[in-house]
Amino acid sequence: MSWKTVCTINDIPKQGARVLKRAGQDDIAIFRAEDDFVFALVDRCPHKGGPLSQGIVSGHTVACPLHNWVVDLQTGEACAPDVGCTGHIPVRVEDGQVSLELE
Amino acid sequence: MNKPKLVMVGNGMAGVRTLEELLKLMPDFYDITVFGAEPHPNYNRILLSPVLSGEQTVKEIMLNEVEWYAEHGITLHMGKEITEIDRVKRVVRAADGTEAPYDRLLLATGSNPFILPVPGKDLDGVVTFRDIRDVNLMIEASQKYKTAVVIGGGLLGLEAANGLMARGMEVSVVHLGEWLLERQLDRTAAKLLQQSLEDRGIAFHLQKQTAALLDNGSGRVSGLRFADGEEIPADLVVMAVGIRPNADLAEKSGLYCNRGVVVNDTMQTYDPRVYAVGECVNHRGVAYGLVAPLFDMAKVAANHLAHYGIGRYVPAATSTKLKVTGIDLFSAGDFMGSDNTEAITLSDPMGGIYKKLVLKDNKLVGACLYGDTADGAWYFRLIREGKQVADIRDTLMLGESGQGDLGHAGQSKVVGMPDDAEVCGCNGVCKGTIVKAIQEKGLFTVDEIKKHTKAASSCGSCTGLVEQILINCVGGAADVKPKSEKPVCGCTEHTHGGVRKVIREQHLTSLRQVMDFLEWRTPDGCATCRPALNYYMISTWPGEAKDDPQSRFINERVHANIQKDGTYSVVPRMWGGVTNASELRRIADVADKYAIPMVKVTGGQRIDLLGVKKEDLPKVWADLDMPSGHAYGKSLRTVKTCVGSEFCRFGTQDSTQMGIDLEKDLTGMWSPAKVKLAVSGCPRNCAESGIKDVGIIGVDSGWELYIGGDGGIKTEVAQFLAKVKTREEVLVLSGAFLQPYREEAFYLERTVHYLHRVGLDFIKAQVVDNLENRQALYERLRFALSFEKDPWTERVKEGVARHEFEPLTV
Repeated sequence: MSWKTVCTINDIPKQGARVLKRAGQDDIAIFRAEDDFVFALVDRCPHKGGPLSQGIVSGHTVACPLHNWVVDLQTGEACAPDVGCTGHIPVRVEDGQVSLELE
Repeated sequence: MNKPKLVMVGNGMAGVRTLEELLKLMPDFYDITVFGAEPHPNYNRILLSPVLSGEQTVKEIMLNEVEWYAEHGITLHMGKEITEIDRVKRVVRAADGTEAPYDRLLLATGSNPFILPVPGKDLDGVVTFRDIRDVNLMIEASQKYKTAVVIGGGLLGLEAANGLMARGMEVSVVHLGEWLLERQLDRTAAKLLQQSLEDRGIAFHLQKQTAALLDNGSGRVSGLRFADGEEIPADLVVMAVGIRPNADLAEKSGLYCNRGVVVNDTMQTYDPRVYAVGECVNHRGVAYGLVAPLFDMAKVAANHLAHYGIGRYVPAATSTKLKVTGIDLFSAGDFMGSDNTEAITLSDPMGGIYKKLVLKDNKLVGACLYGDTADGAWYFRLIREGKQVADIRDTLMLGESGQGDLGHAGQSKVVGMPDDAEVCGCNGVCKGTIVKAIQEKGLFTVDEIKKHTKAASSCGSCTGLVEQILINCVGGAADVKPKSEKPVCGCTEHTHGGVRKVIREQHLTSLRQVMDFLEWRTPDGCATCRPALNYYMISTWPGEAKDDPQSRFINERVHANIQKDGTYSVVPRMWGGVTNASELRRIADVADKYAIPMVKVTGGQRIDLLGVKKEDLPKVWADLDMPSGHAYGKSLRTVKTCVGSEFCRFGTQDSTQMGIDLEKDLTGMWSPAKVKLAVSGCPRNCAESGIKDVGIIGVDSGWELYIGGDGGIKTEVAQFLAKVKTREEVLVLSGAFLQPYREEAFYLERTVHYLHRVGLDFIKAQVVDNLENRQALYERLRFALSFEKDPWTERVKEGVARHEFEPLTV
C-alpha cells in the first residue's frame, strides 16, 4: 500500500465527484463535500452496482443515481433502512493535493 | 453545559410522537424525562381491539420499547403517576415522591373513560376499555365467566363486544341512541351493521338507559337494570360510553382548563412554559379522540419546543374505521351533512352495501361507507384536497376505479387481495410484506412504507393501493396527506407551494439563500429537495438565478440518460420526427465508430443510441452534429407528428410543419416534469394527441388544443382547452398554458396532476378568456427560453463541464 496523488482538490467540483479509472479493477469515486471534506469509495452501489460517482452529494452522503440508495461517504455503508456496504479508501489532502492509499 | 430540562407527563401515543418529532429536529437539545402512569412503554392504543379479540398480542402493538428511551437518553419512569405540578418552583412530583425539575413541561395525560354515575359502578367485574390493564381484565373475565354486557354502541363499544365474543362470551350491547354508531352512521347503514353483528351472535338493547348495576351479593356484578325496570344478567360489564379529557392534574396546578387543558394554536397552555398535546387538550373548544389530529398536534408542539416557531395546529378532516374483522365500515369528514349540503346515496340492503357521499359547493365534504370501503382512502383524499368534483359527479359513487384505467391490471381494491398479490410492480413488493412492515415497524405514513419496503417508491402508481393497505391496518391513524400539504422532504417543514411562494416573494436566487431563509435543517439539503429548489429558482427568476449543476440529477447534469450499467443513451433531436439521409448516415457512422451496442427507434419518433461510455459523450455529440433531444430532462421532450396534409390523403392541416414549429418554439424549456406534445393533421389522430401534455388536432377549420393528457403510469385523456384558427395562435396558446404550469406546479408534478389541482376552469380563465394575460404568459416563457443554449454544443465547442467526461488516472 502506498499514497498516490491523483488530483488537486479544485479538480473535483464541490458537492461532486471524479472517477479514478484503474485497469482491471473497480473504478474509485472521489467525492468533495460542500465543506471541502474529500472521500473515496469503490464506485459501486451496494444495491445494484450503480456508479455512486454520478449521484447527488449532500452533507457527507451520496444518493445513487440508479435507485436512490443513500450511502455514507465516510464508511461506504448504506443509510437505514437499507443495508449494504461498499469499500472505502483512505484519503489525504495536503496543500490542495488529493492522495489515496492504493495498492 | 447544562441542557434545558423537558419533562413529559403521560407516556402515550401523542406525547411520544411529540418527542420523536422533537428528536428529529433537535436531537440533543433537551434533557428529557418521561412519566407514565401505566407500567408499559408507549404502545399503539388503537390496536387494543385486535389484542382483545386475540388477533394480535400486546408485544406486537408496542411502538417504542424501553430500549428506545435509553438510546435517546430519555429518563423513563413507568408506573409513576404525577400528582402535583409546582409551577412556581417548576417541579413535578409523583405519587411515590419522585420529583423532576423542568424548564419546559409537556402534558400528554390523555383521556379517561366516562363512568356512568349509576349505583353499582364500583362493583367487581365493571371495567372500561382504555388500556392494557382493562384488556387483561376482560381476557381474564372471559376465561371465568359467560355473560358480558357492553354499555355503549360506539366504535369502542362494538370493538369490545366483538373482542369478547371472539373470546367465547355471550355478549349484548346496550345503547341509549336509536341506532348504533350514530356519530358515524345514519340509520340505514347502522341497521345493516346491526344485522351483521346479530348474525355473528351479538344481541342489542337499543334506546335503553342503564339505571343500576346489580350486586350478586358478594361485591361482583350480576346484571343491569334499565330505567324501564327490565333486568338482564351480566358477569362482566364494559363501560364504553365515551371519553373525557384528563385535565385533573393541570386543573389542580392552576392551569386554565375547560373540558380539557386549553391550548392555543401552538399547543401552548396559559403557562408559556407548559405545552399540552393529545386527548387532554381543548383546542378552540374542541377535544380530539382520534389519532391523526393528535399526531398533527405532536408535530406542532415539537416544532415550538425546538424553538423553530413556525407551526400552527389547523384541524383537518378526519376519518374513522371500525376495527372488527370482516365488517367494513369507514367514515370521514362531515358525513352527516346539514341543510346546505347534498347527499348522494347508494343503498343495497340485500348485498349489505351502503354508501353515502356528502357534497357542498361541488366539493366532497364527507363520506360514510358500509360493506365496501375500498374507496375510503380515495374519498378521504378528495375531502382533504377540497377538489372540485363537479366533473366526476356522475361517476363519483363508482369510486376511483370508476374514473378510468388505473393500471395494475384493473386491481384497485386491496381488501380482497391475498397476501402474496403484488402491489408494487416496479419493485416487486407484495401486500403481505407491506402489512408486515406496518405492523412490525409501527408505520403510519406512505413515506415510511416507501423507505422500509420500497413499495410505491419508483413510479408511484400504486400509492393509492399502499394508502388503502395503511388505512386498513391502522385506521384513522394513517397519515395520508396530499402532496400539497406535505413537506418537500425531511430537510424542512415547508411545502412545495410554500417554498415556491417564498422564492417569488423574497426574490431568492440561490440555493443558499433559500435554505437560509427557510431555515433548512440540513447543511446542504438532500437529493430530494435540491433538484426541486434549483428548478423553482431558475423557473421563477430566469436569467438571474444561477443554475446549480450539482443539484441536478445526473441525466440533466451530463445531458444524457444513465442506464443500469452506468453507460448513457444519446437521443439527438429530430424536429417533428423528420430526418434525412445525411443525418441517418452520421448516426450510422457514429454507431460504428463508437461500437454502440444498440440503436433503437423511440416512442417519440427519434433514434436512441444506447450503451455509450460517458467519456465518449462529447465526441459522439460532435460527430452527430445534431442538437440535444433533451430525452433525459424534466423538460420539453418531443413533438410527435403525423404526416399531415402534405402527403396524407385524409390530412386537413400540415401537422408535420406545425409540430416542427412548436418544437423549435419550445426547445430548451425546463419544466417541473417531462413535457410531451403531439400534433395530428385530422381527427383520426395518428399522433395520439389525446395522451399528451399538450395535444393538437387539426380540423378543416383550424386547430383544437387539448391539455393534461398522459400516456404513462396512468393513462389520462387530455381535456379540451380551446379551438383556434392560426399557427400563431397554436404557438401562443400552447406556451401560455405551459408557463403557469412552469411557474406554479410542484417539482415532478405532471400537467395532468397540476390541472387536477388547479382546475381546467382556472387555466381557461387565464389563457383562453383573457387574451392580454395569454400574451403576457407567452412573453414570460419566451424571456425564460432566451437564456437557453443547446447543451451539447456548449460542451463540445465551449468545453463546459469538462471534468464530467475526463476520468482521472493514477
